[in-house]
Amino acid sequence: MTAKAGIEAVFRAEYGRAVAVLVRFLGDIDLAEEAVQDAFATAVRKWPEAGTPPSPAGWIITTARNRAVDRLRRESSREARHTEAAQLYAPDAPPEEGPVRDDRLRLIFTCCHPALATQAQVALTLRLLGGLTTPQIARAFLVPEPTMAQRLVRAKAKIRDARIPYRVPRDADLPERVRGVLAVVYLVFNEGYGGKEDLRAEAVRLGRLLAELMPDEPEVLGLLALMLLIEARRPARETPDGDLVLLSDQDRHLWDRDLITEGQSLVRRCLRLDRPGPYQIQAAINAVHSDAPTAAATDWGQILALYDQLMALAPSPVVALNRAVAVAETEGPRTALALVDALDLDGYHAFHAVRAELLRRTGRTTEAAAAYEAAVALTENPAERAHLERRRTELRVEQT
Amino acid sequence: MKHYLLSVMQPVGEPPEPEVLEGIMHNLEVFHAELKEAGAWVFAGGLHAPETATVLRADKGDVLITDGPYTESKEYLGGICLIKAPDLDAALEWGRKATVATTLPIEVRPFMGEAEG
Repeated sequence: MTAKAGIEAVFRAEYGRAVAVLVRFLGDIDLAEEAVQDAFATAVRKWPEAGTPPSPAGWIITTARNRAVDRLRRESSREARHTEAAQLYAPDAPPEEGPVRDDRLRLIFTCCHPALATQAQVALTLRLLGGLTTPQIARAFLVPEPTMAQRLVRAKAKIRDARIPYRVPRDADLPERVRGVLAVVYLVFNEGYGGKEDLRAEAVRLGRLLAELMPDEPEVLGLLALMLLIEARRPARETPDGDLVLLSDQDRHLWDRDLITEGQSLVRRCLRLDRPGPYQIQAAINAVHSDAPTAAATDWGQILALYDQLMALAPSPVVALNRAVAVAETEGPRTALALVDALDLDGYHAFHAVRAELLRRTGRTTEAAAAYEAAVALTENPAERAHLERRRTELRVEQT
Repeated sequence: MKHYLLSVMQPVGEPPEPEVLEGIMHNLEVFHAELKEAGAWVFAGGLHAPETATVLRADKGDVLITDGPYTESKEYLGGICLIKAPDLDAALEWGRKATVATTLPIEVRPFMGEAEG
């Protein structure tokens, strides 16, 4: 590995940790970022000659800290800012309850604070914890770079000016706040589901980090398991031409066995913790799919039972729709269709796609064609749209 | 410590029935007592309707006076509560209590600078 590649690897791995430590030290996100970027710039100059230090992360944090102190001494105007920022940790701040955890955990909860818009939470998390650059985040979300830069500036200003605290929430607020953090990570993952490789990888990395920082939170493990099990099927999800392949048609030899093993063992860990939640149940459903050597061997009964549990815990029309798919496999398409028709999901493309499939299987081809039309009109993802158009064409062939 | 402004966002139109209003007033008293008890109280008050407002504008060395509010809108500032809190989480906690007591949306906004003790 060249020195430059080595530094880049350290950057990706350690940027978040370094920023998190420096935020606690300086009480200001911008100052922390500047100091850490300074330290990496120094590393780029020094490491190729002097060699990479034994503890690169430690070196970066120490250097950043020294840089920040030097800078604060030099710039007296900053001194004032620093003093104000340091008030964050003034004695009147409520003491932190529970064990003091990794600084990155504080940073996660600050980035995902409910007083920030979801878009801002996502951008901050990717920037500060993932170490992604502003242009990278802008590209990933198809947003102009100045817009993304402004979004980050605004969010950081609100954290500073409204004094969003830098700490792990108290136990009473923790479940709700953890849910918020998981929603941000899953949103990043789903954004990457449309083919943005780096976002998916980043979401999995964040998921691993959360699992490392909160190993006793079953929903955290559940989300990681869910992402790993979905990711495992990626090699089989598309044909070489980029066409979508449905789960039932996938070549299961292409699934990533290592990810499946890891995901399944996490699901088993969740079962032992015995505090079920929506992410864990969705992970379990995916674990059942990953157990089946062929689509025909899928244990739909177990999947239906899991959907029943999900409906009891976190009912939503979308969950009901997915449950109906399992019902179609266990009790037949007619029963499932009655369930689907009762749902109010007219603006959701998957609703029309599932309905079309069920109508086709019950022989109501004319209505099926109309439902495919509706699904195509509502689908934004090109691969999915092409797939639905193919299904509609096949239907015409069946009719003649 | 920081100062935060809790603004009560009141819709234009008839106030609620007297007995409903009475309940809200009682809840507000309880809320204010709780603020005082916690040492977070600074000031609170309800405002008269927007039509009682007067706007002044400095204009080329002169000052123009106009009758009525600065902007016409469907909601107006119905009242304010000024509090002291260590951070936004604490301020939002008070905001949560305020919206439950008033049954109206509450905007929480930080003041610049520090608040004493």
